[in-house]
Formats: sequence, structure tokens, C-alpha cells
Amino acid sequence: MAQLLEQLFNGLSTGSMLLLVALGLTFTFGQMGVINMAHGEFIMAGAYVPYVLQTSVGFLAGFTGLAFLVSLPLAFVVAGVLGIVMERVLLRRMYDRPLDTLLATFGVALLLQQAAKDLFGAPNVSISVPPFLQGNLTLGGVVLPSTRIFILLLSIALILITQYFLYTRVAGRRMRAVMDNRDLASSMGLPTGRVDSITFFIGSGLAGVAGVAVSLIGAIGFQTGTAYIIDAFLVVIVGGLGKLRGAIVAAFALGVLNAFTEFATSASIGRAIVFALVILFLQFRPDGLVSFQTRGLIA
Amino acid sequence: MSLLTVDAITVAYGRSKVVNDVSIEVPAGSIVCLMGRNGVGKTTTLNAIVGLLPLVSGAIRFNGERIERKAPHKRIEGGIGYVPQGHQVFPRLTTEENLRVVLERNRSMDPAAYDEALDLFPALATMLGRPAGLLSGGQAKQLAIARALLGRPELLILDEPTEGIQPSIIGEIEDAIVGLHATTGVSILLVEQYVEFALRLAEHYVVMEDGSVIDAGKTGDGDLERFSDLVTV
Repeated sequence: MAQLLEQLFNGLSTGSMLLLVALGLTFTFGQMGVINMAHGEFIMAGAYVPYVLQTSVGFLAGFTGLAFLVSLPLAFVVAGVLGIVMERVLLRRMYDRPLDTLLATFGVALLLQQAAKDLFGAPNVSISVPPFLQGNLTLGGVVLPSTRIFILLLSIALILITQYFLYTRVAGRRMRAVMDNRDLASSMGLPTGRVDSITFFIGSGLAGVAGVAVSLIGAIGFQTGTAYIIDAFLVVIVGGLGKLRGAIVAAFALGVLNAFTEFATSASIGRAIVFALVILFLQFRPDGLVSFQTRGLIA
Repeated sequence: MSLLTVDAITVAYGRSKVVNDVSIEVPAGSIVCLMGRNGVGKTTTLNAIVGLLPLVSGAIRFNGERIERKAPHKRIEGGIGYVPQGHQVFPRLTTEENLRVVLERNRSMDPAAYDEALDLFPALATMLGRPAGLLSGGQAKQLAIARALLGRPELLILDEPTEGIQPSIIGEIEDAIVGLHATTGVSILLVEQYVEFALRLAEHYVVMEDGSVIDAGKTGDGDLERFSDLVTV
């Protein structure tokens, strides 16, 4: 029983990590249709933020906990600004040309990796886990690391904030309208160009916050992002493009599935089984878990 | 004095010219109907007026000001309301959100316009919480018209408001347009293939064929048969 609970917690923990890395992508890929290969590097950029604060910023250097907390909003801004620059300089010229955006963002990913290598060096680095996240919690005989609980709570908090923004704020409603029908939004007087920039800022910023979470569970390096990019796309596709609800269910389902298949077999076989099941699932539900149906007349 | 002057515009998709040297005048306070068979370039002309398609050549003046280089949202903010062809709503947004998102587009919008729009189409008031993608065709069309009126436009552009709509709803839409025109004096540019409907409303007509204007003038007696021939496929 304890083993079952442990695997379930491992699954939920992996799921929350998957959700964090995929959340931003539900905006940029799921809603805007941009195959953003640099999403992983935005995660990497966010992951370096607590490292830089803890090691190089004078008054924060001695306070690992404070530096870590400050890095959460700061990583959002750093990755968000990278995203907005990429959207303005590159992507704006190639909407509706998915292959071009794929290649261009892959180029940006390589540039950012090289920049990280030049700035921080090739070897991986680690952050100091803040004192309040050190240690474990034991529940029903299962040992739960505090960092993992924090990541779970962080993913829930980000979902709630994102939902609140999308459904109650003017800018959120505007974003949903533009994602629903860009030409219509434009002909209704909505500034679609500005909305695109805000969407990309938020989507990339969320990747930055995911990066801070990534820095908690292992060493970080210039290739940190590449480890997460496939998983992030997988969650968005299984969940249904641009569907927040779908992404949440998909992330936790894939996390738990991953934990149990890895437990029953091995890490690589477990992963192969998950991929096979996803392919099978998409044969039956090509639109993913959540799809939106209209009365057919509506464009 | 013309509110809208479309001056010899040409619009192309790639190398193929779909609209060629088209000129249309919409006098202030009038209703002008643009007619023609399917595929002659009526919707393309409207899309060019609101800025969704670029011009190859020509000019568009609104209230005397050149607008052909402005972004679509700037043209709409300038006083144009657009009801596109089909049942164009934001399907995942509720009926209320479809209206609010337009009402919130800038600070100069008058919140009272929301209630006015619902007064015009009372059926919408009962479906505010429903996703617009689940509205019937007629309800979606009413929502699209109500939404275009939120900015209190000087010019309302309607692209086939009766297409695929049952007769009773067409009657409601006609009453709403007539009432609106009488009370606010809004100018209307209407694309319509339902000739009787168009001639009941419009004071001026423009007929297009193969991307060009072939006839224009004031509507009068005996037009019905002539126009029916011109728009019948």
C-alpha cells in the first residue's frame, strides 16, 4: 500500500512538473499555433535566475531563501521579455507559416543555449535549496520531499492565477477572443498585434517560472530545456490544443502513468510504453482530451 | 457629402485580381446595397474597406480622411461597425463576453451601448451565459449585429445579414436595422443577395460583376426584376 501511495505521489509530482513546463506552451503553441522550439530555453533561462541571484547579486547572495522567492517573479519577467522580443522581431513576420516558425525558433533555441554556455560555462551548476524547502514530510509511511510538495503547490497556484486572469480580466478576455478568431477580433476593433505580444509574454514567462521549479530538482545547464520540450508538447497535444483543463488532466495522467510504468518496468521501457499509449490514444481522440463543439454553423 | 468613398480600389490574392478598379460612395445617413452574384468580389471589397485585405491600388476615405493604410482596429475605432459574412462570433466566449470584449476595447466606449444592443435583440438577453458557439444561426447573426453597434458606428457594414436565416428572424433583423437607421441616422453599406430585402432598405445600389462595378444609382420602381436577373446565378 505504501508503495502504491509512493508511486502515486511520484506520479503527481512528475505531473505537476509536466504541467508547469507545458502551461506556457498551451498559450504559445496551443492557442497561437506557434511551434516554439525555444520554449525549453525559456525554461532554462528561468532556471538560471535563482542561481544568478544566489551567487552574484550582492545583498541577496547570503539569503538563499529570499533569493529563491524573488527569482519566481523575476524569472517570469526574464523569460517573458525573451519571448516578447522573439515574437516582435521574428514570429510576427511568419504567423500561419508553422514550418518557418519551427525552424526560426529552433535557431533561437541554439542561440540561447550558446549564450548560456558563454555566460555560465559548459558544466552544470546547482542552486542552494532554500532552508524552508529542505527536508521531507512523512505521510502514511510515504516520504514526501518538501521541494516536490512545493512544485505541486506552485503548479496549482499558477493554474488558479492563469484561470483568474483569462476569465475575469479584460486583457484575458481579449486574449481568448483573439485566439478564438483573429480576423474577427481585428475587424471588431481589437488590437491583435498587442494581444499577441502579451500572450507571448505570459506564455514565455510561465516557462521561466517552470525553470525555477526545475532548478529545485536537479543540476541546471545550457541543455536543461531540451529535456523538457518534448514532454511539454506531449501534454499540450494530449490535453487538446490550447485547452487549459485538458493540459491539467493530461499532465497528471501522464505523470501517474509514467510513475507506474517506470516502477513496473524500467525508466526507458516505461517511457516507451507511455509514448505508445499516447499514440494509441490520439488514434481515437485526435483532438485530445478536451475539444470544443459548436452547432456547426458557427465559424 | 459622402461618409465613405471607395475610390478605384484593386485587391488581389497573389497575382489574381479579385476586385478591379471598384468605386463606391456611401452618402452620410443613407443605406447603400452592394449586389452581385456569388464570387464577384463583394466580400473582398468589404474586407478591404475594414482593412483585413491590403489594396493593390486606389484609396478609401472615411469622413474625408484617407484610411487605407490604417490597421483594421484603427478603422473600426474611427467609426465603422462590421458584421462579417456567416455566423461570426467568438465561439468559446459566452454571449455576454462576446459583447463585453468589444465594449472594453478602449476607454471611449459608452457602457450604455451594451443595454441598447440588448434592447434591439431581446432574445440575446436570455442567453448571456451561453457559449456563443452554441447559439443558433439567427441568434449568432443578431449577436454579431449587436456587437458591431457597441461602438456607436457612423457606418455599419453588413455582409449578407439574411444568409441562412429563417424568415421570422429576417423580419426581426430588418425591423432592427430600419429602427436603428431611423433613430440614429447611421449610414449602412449592405451586401445582400435577397433582393426584396435589399430594395426595401436601400436608397442606393451598386452592382458588381467579375470584380468590377457594372451599375450604380438610386433604387426605384421596377428594380426588383432587373436586379433579380443580375444576382441570380
